[in-house]
Parts: sequence; C-alpha cells; structure tokens
Amino acid sequence: MIEKDLVIIGGGSAGMASALEAHNQGIKSILILEKNPYLGGILNQCIHNGFGLHEFNEELTGPEFMTRFSDLIEKNKIEYRLLSNVLSISEDKVVTYSNSYEGLVEIKAKAIILATGCYERSPGAIQIPGTRPSGVYTAGQAQLYLNCYGYLVGKRVFILGSGDIGLIMARRMTLEGAKVLGVAELMPYSAGLNRNIVQCLKDFDIPLYLSHTVKEVKGKEQLSKVVIAKVDEKFNFIPGTEIEFDADTLLLSVGLIPNCDLISKLDISFSKTRGANVTQDMETDVPGIFSAGNVLHVHDLVDYVVSEAKEAGRGAAKYLNGKLTHKGHVYSLKPGYGIGYVVPQRIFIEDAGEQIILKFRVTRPFKDINIFIKENDNLIKKIFKPAIIPSEMEIVKLDKSLFKSLDNTIDVYVEEKK
Amino acid sequence: MIDVLIIGAGITGSLIARKLSSYNLNVHVLDKENDVGNVTSMANSAIVHSGYDPVPGTKKAKFNVLGNSMYPKLCEELDVHFKMIGSLTVALYEEQLKLLENLAERSKENGVKVKLLSADEVRKLEPNISSEVKGALLAPTAGIVNPFTLTVHAMENAVDNGVCLHLNEEVIKIVKNGNFYNVVTKSNSYQAKVVINAAGVHSDQIHAMVEPIDYQITARKGEYFVLDHYKEGLVNHVIFPLPSEKGKGILVSPTTSGNYIVGPSSEINDDREDVSTDKLTLDEVKRQALDMVPSIPFNQAIRTFSGNRPTPSTHDFIIDFAKCDKHFINVSGIESPGLVSSPAIAEYVVNELVSQVLTLTKKESFNPYVRKRIDLAKLSYKERNELIKKDPNFGYVVCNCEKVTLGEILDELSRSVPPRSVKALKKRTRAGFGKCQGGFCQPLVIKALAKHFDIPCSEVPLDGPGSEICKFVTKGGNDK
Repeated sequence: MIEKDLVIIGGGSAGMASALEAHNQGIKSILILEKNPYLGGILNQCIHNGFGLHEFNEELTGPEFMTRFSDLIEKNKIEYRLLSNVLSISEDKVVTYSNSYEGLVEIKAKAIILATGCYERSPGAIQIPGTRPSGVYTAGQAQLYLNCYGYLVGKRVFILGSGDIGLIMARRMTLEGAKVLGVAELMPYSAGLNRNIVQCLKDFDIPLYLSHTVKEVKGKEQLSKVVIAKVDEKFNFIPGTEIEFDADTLLLSVGLIPNCDLISKLDISFSKTRGANVTQDMETDVPGIFSAGNVLHVHDLVDYVVSEAKEAGRGAAKYLNGKLTHKGHVYSLKPGYGIGYVVPQRIFIEDAGEQIILKFRVTRPFKDINIFIKENDNLIKKIFKPAIIPSEMEIVKLDKSLFKSLDNTIDVYVEEKK
Repeated sequence: MIDVLIIGAGITGSLIARKLSSYNLNVHVLDKENDVGNVTSMANSAIVHSGYDPVPGTKKAKFNVLGNSMYPKLCEELDVHFKMIGSLTVALYEEQLKLLENLAERSKENGVKVKLLSADEVRKLEPNISSEVKGALLAPTAGIVNPFTLTVHAMENAVDNGVCLHLNEEVIKIVKNGNFYNVVTKSNSYQAKVVINAAGVHSDQIHAMVEPIDYQITARKGEYFVLDHYKEGLVNHVIFPLPSEKGKGILVSPTTSGNYIVGPSSEINDDREDVSTDKLTLDEVKRQALDMVPSIPFNQAIRTFSGNRPTPSTHDFIIDFAKCDKHFINVSGIESPGLVSSPAIAEYVVNELVSQVLTLTKKESFNPYVRKRIDLAKLSYKERNELIKKDPNFGYVVCNCEKVTLGEILDELSRSVPPRSVKALKKRTRAGFGKCQGGFCQPLVIKALAKHFDIPCSEVPLDGPGSEICKFVTKGGNDK
C-alpha cells in the first residue's frame, strides 16, 4: 500500500491552503485528492468579485483567487490527483479513492485533512410545499449551469432565501437578461452579507420580502407559479398575505450544510454546525484526522476559510512531528446566550500556539451588546459590538496567557445592555 | 396485428408483459409517461407486505400472500434489491393489544406466519422504538424492495423477450372494430386482439371507454419523507402502527438503498395527477412517526414526495374480463398491497384470463433473467480494479453523494429500457438521489444523456417532455 504523511481530501480553497501551510512547515509527503477535473472547488463557478480583501488586500474573482493557490501548489510541486473521488476513510486512516486512470487506490495516511466543503440544503430538505416540476434549483446549481456550462435555467426567477449565493444569482441572472421578481426570506432579517443586499438587490430594484416564505409551488412538468406569504413570529403563514408570481424558475438559497459523509461512520462527534468537533488545531476526535473550511462550519468569506485551513495545515504538521500531546489542561467551549456555535469546541492549552483563535456566530441580530468570553470568574475577553448579525462570522484572537486553567469550561455569551 | 396490448407500464402492466413474453405472442405496452413505473409504482412505501392485514377471502389477501412467496425468485431473476427484514406492527396503548391479537388471528386465516411479541422483546429488536411500546406483531416474511428497478427490470426483461414498449402514448379512445380493438392515442393508433387495462389511477377511465362501469377509482394521496443514509439501525424492521380503515398507517422503514422512508399520509385527492405535498400533512406524518420512533432525525430529510393510490370503490382489486367482452381485461384498483401482489396478479391474468381467449404456446427462447447490473459495492478491490482497467468509466465517480460512476450510467443507457430523462436515470442509478439532490452532478448527467441520444442538452428533460432544464443559453453560450 502506498503511504503518505498527509492526505488532503478536497482541492478547493481549504484543501490547497492547508496543503501549502503543511508544506511550509516541512511536510513534504502530501497528496491532495480532488473530485473535479480542476483544483479550486466551488470558486471555479464564483466568477463574481469580492474575494481576497483580507488574504491579499485586493478584490479578486473566485477563479483569480483560487489560481493564486493552485499556482503555488504547482510551484511547490505538491502532488494532487484530479477526477479522484474518495470513497472511504477508515479509522486507521486508510483512504480509498477511485478515478478512471489509476482505478481504485488505497493509501495509508499518517494524517488526513478533510476539506470537502459543504452542500446546499435542497428543496426536499426544507419540505417546500407544492409540486416538484422542472425549474426549481438550488442557487449554486443554477450558478453551475450558468457559469460553467453556459445555460440559463430560466427567465422569470423568484428566489427563496437571502443567503449570499441567492443574492449573487439574483444579480447574475439579471445581467443575463432574466427578470428576477423578488427574494423571500423567512426571517425578519437577511441571511446574506449587507454588501450583497446592496450590490445585488438594491442596485437592481429587486424587492426583498422579509418574514415571507414560499407557500406553494405550482406547475406540472414546468414551474408556472410561486406563491409566497408572510409568516408570524412562529413561522405560521398569515392568511390573506399571499402574493403570486408567474415564474419559470425558483432558486433556493436556504442554507449550506457541511459535507461530512466521509467521516460520519467514524468515531467522531459532531457539533451544532453539523461539522466535526475540533480542537484548537482543527483536529477531530480521531487523532491525526483534521477538518477545515466549510466542511467544519460554513464561512461567510473564503479568506477566513483559508486562514482556518492554514491552522489545520499547521496542526497536521504538529501532529506529524509528534507535537500534539493531548496532555495537560483541556477546555470545552460552551456557546451561551445569543451564540449559535463556537469553533473550536475543545482547547488543549499545552498544545496550543501563542495565539488561540475563536470563531463564532450570533443567533440573531443584536445592537449595543457585550460578548463575554469567560472561564469561571476569569474574564478572558469582553468585546463591545454596536451591531452584530448572524450572517457575519466573528473571529477573536486571544493570547494564550489570558487562559488561567481555572475551569474546564469556557463560556461565550452575549449580554444585552439594559 | 397485436395479440395483446397492455395499457400502463407500472409494476402490474410490466409483470404481465413479462409473463406474456414467455409465450409466442405479439405484445405491446403503452404508457402515457416518459418512463415505465413513473406514477404509483414509483411513489409508494416499497414494502413487500407479508399479508396479515387484508380481509381474508379477498383478492387482496390471496394475491398478497402468493405474491410475497414469489418475491425471492422474482428479484433474483430480475436482479433487484430485496430484503426480507420482517415487519413489526406496534401497539403503543394497552387497549391496542387486543387489536394485535385480532390481527394475529387474521394472519392465521390468511396463511401468514406471525408472532406476538412482548414490549421487552420488541425493545430488544428495535432499541429506538418508543418507550411506550406495549407489544407488537412480528411478520417475518415482510420485506423491502427497490421499486424503481423492479418495474424497470420487469419491463426490460419483457422487451428482451420480444415485447414492444411505447412511451409518451396517452390513450384517448378505444373502439371495438369487428374482432379487434382500435386503441387510439394522441399521436397513433394500435390494433389489438386483446387489451389489458393496467392503467392505475386512470384504469376506471380506460375501462369506461369500452362499456358503462359501476365502480370508480379514487386517488388517495400518500405523502412521504426520505431521510439520508443516516446510520444503520435507526429501525431494523418495517415499523407499522395498527391499521385503520384509511390504510396501514404511517410506517418507518429502512430502504434497500440504506436510507429511511417515513409515510404515507392518506387523503382523497380530487386531481388524480396531483402529486404535490403540503406542510400540514407532512407535519402530521412527522408527528405520528415520532410517536413510534421518537429519535427519527428529521433534520436528515433530503426529499419529500407523494403518490396516489388507485383506490377502488369496490374495496378489492378488480381483475376480470369486461362485462361486454372477454377480449378486454381489467386489472384495476391495484392499491396497496399492489406491489407485493403484482407477480401473482400477472400469473393469474395470463394463466386464467388471457388463456381463455388466446392460445398460449411456450416460447423456447424465453429467458427469465435480465443482464446482471454491475454492483460496484459488491466487487472486491481486485475485481473492481480489473473492471476499471477494462472500462475506465467505472473509475470516474459522477454522483458524489451516492458514488455513482459514469460506467454505471452508460451501462444503464445501453440497456433495453434506457432512461430518457434525468429522473429516469436517477431511478435506475441513484445519481442525484442523495443529500445534494443533483446539485453538483445534474449537468454531468444531462451531458451523458445528450451524448447517448445525440441530442443537444436543451432537449434533455427532467421528467416528461416540457420539463427541459437547459432551456436557454447564456450570452455567448451555445447549446452543445
């Protein structure tokens, strides 16, 4: 059996960034496995700009952003296989993949980084009411047809969900000559970034219906109508608020879910994000198996995917160099009031570097709040936020010296001003 | 001249066609859909019922029990996934225990082996069952089957043995013309000595084209959830509540593909073609299922669907000659337990009814086996590599969720009832059946279909004609 120090599953932004970081840390026996015929993952279909402001201090398109990384992969001669689909990972880190040119291959890896990204919540997953005609797509699926295959799936479009991909597609389809009739959002606030609401909807006079959702999809072979209605605070439809649209296309942008299929049968625990629970080094419950990027938790910006993936690359290098001891004081991180989740879920303080990075999201929009990060009576950090929304991920960098090992739990919670 | 024309390529029509293909007859099948098994045969619970439930003495009871015993051989010949996992009908209240005993009695009358289990015995078999469980009726011969490949392979076997299949042919008129029937569709007409009406939810309408009828078929809609491959052992048997006059109730069951299915509801549907779902009904399905199995992870739901049962006002299957003529045979009202009964119905229709009007001579060349499908999961590491070496397409995974290779897709396209739509291909290969529901692989599937049929992508439908996906090209794009 072929052996590798580090096998990285997924050649998108997380996979490439973690490979480059592990390589920088001296790991030379690396293999990236990518299912598509190209590196870069989903960025290949994200032809809009807005990527790279944090990582490169400039605004790039998705393909430009990912090319910065794939060029470095080539330059550093990091090995990768395209059109190679990983079928399984075993507890003892045997990775089995399949492609047309090598066949079925088993590799014994010393460490693995899972960087398989996420998938879109489907119409079936949200139990969208009505018929199931042609013309209902997830926003990313429509984006794939449009940007990679040259097909416009429809000309009168309604969008359910104000996630970023849906907003981007509202603009994209408008530019291709389609009429976007509106965007409905179940919540009383948008799920997307503010900049996308402005640049993709307001600039094109596309109405956003907050606290609305699809009440019925109509049409037999082809979608003919979408009926939306307003919902109350318990998400029940309010009678008489129905609006009917003559639409041939309904796009769904109703959430992304980490794709953890490959590790779902291993002895690994998962968090509320539906990604694996990880340590400060992005290590899962199985020593030597790491996870980073959207397969861990869905990020708002690819720049943050990259920085997290670098942490995983460093973590894997530490593991391979015998520097992850899992000894000493260990913390569990507990999301409290107003906090949806915190990554990482555990911190081995002895293994941690000088800086510990916490990532979290709030459960709803807040104004003028303090966020507390505390272990027992020790206030590690208090952060004032004049405004905070769930669509933006919060990143906090903390000096290791702030942690006093007083308690096993670190609480992260919101305190509203009275 | 056609000897036998079958209207409807659902499971019943397909198995009748297959049975007829073992004789020297000219057999044709019409279906209004773009694929076989595209209506009721596709949207059901996929359960091979044991037969404890139908009223003793009815056709339902007779064909269910007989059909159940035919499944192992049928599925071996047709290369269809079938597992006899057994069913548990559970009592959640003390007063239901008496009803379980009644069911056990009925089972005896129907000739079905069952066993009454105590609450502890049930919990041992099904650790995730409600703690409220008071007992259950175990029917070990109940099974689960892949209903998609069952119908496809039944028809494929029929076609391999000489049957002609015509899809997208909706019958609008039937005229008796001397000693044959002229069956008129929207675009053609067919002359046949014998017509078999296996038109499912429309079978009363088809029957009414030849004589006045004194019964009707009502569409009774059932809505379902499909859960992802969650993990093994959520339930190990088909779990039923106690049956009521509305049907067998909402079940929770594993599928042959390693998913779980939850449903169906039961509501009268005025529009027989309507297979929409609605929130209130699905919420109720959810509630009732959680009563039996409280830990069902509904956040793992990947699809909802509904199907219409062809419920006859006679309360039993209608399998007989038309009153006016023995050359018109009705196989109507085949609601649950229709799937399990279908092989026995097919035998009966051919041996007992068709034989009265046509001379049946065995076809020497008849082969009951379909060409075996390549099941990659069952191959060893070495065998799989040998296969990929021979045909590299078996190494290229197109559908990431369900791990379907291009080789399997091309193999399906080379078979005698090939898929013509994205949905037809999905039913056969599971490409697009997983958690992303085709979000990633659908364009690749469309390309494979377009290439095989040598048509542009814009002509590949999702399901029937008019459901095309690649409708327009982008600025500067072209339709390849």
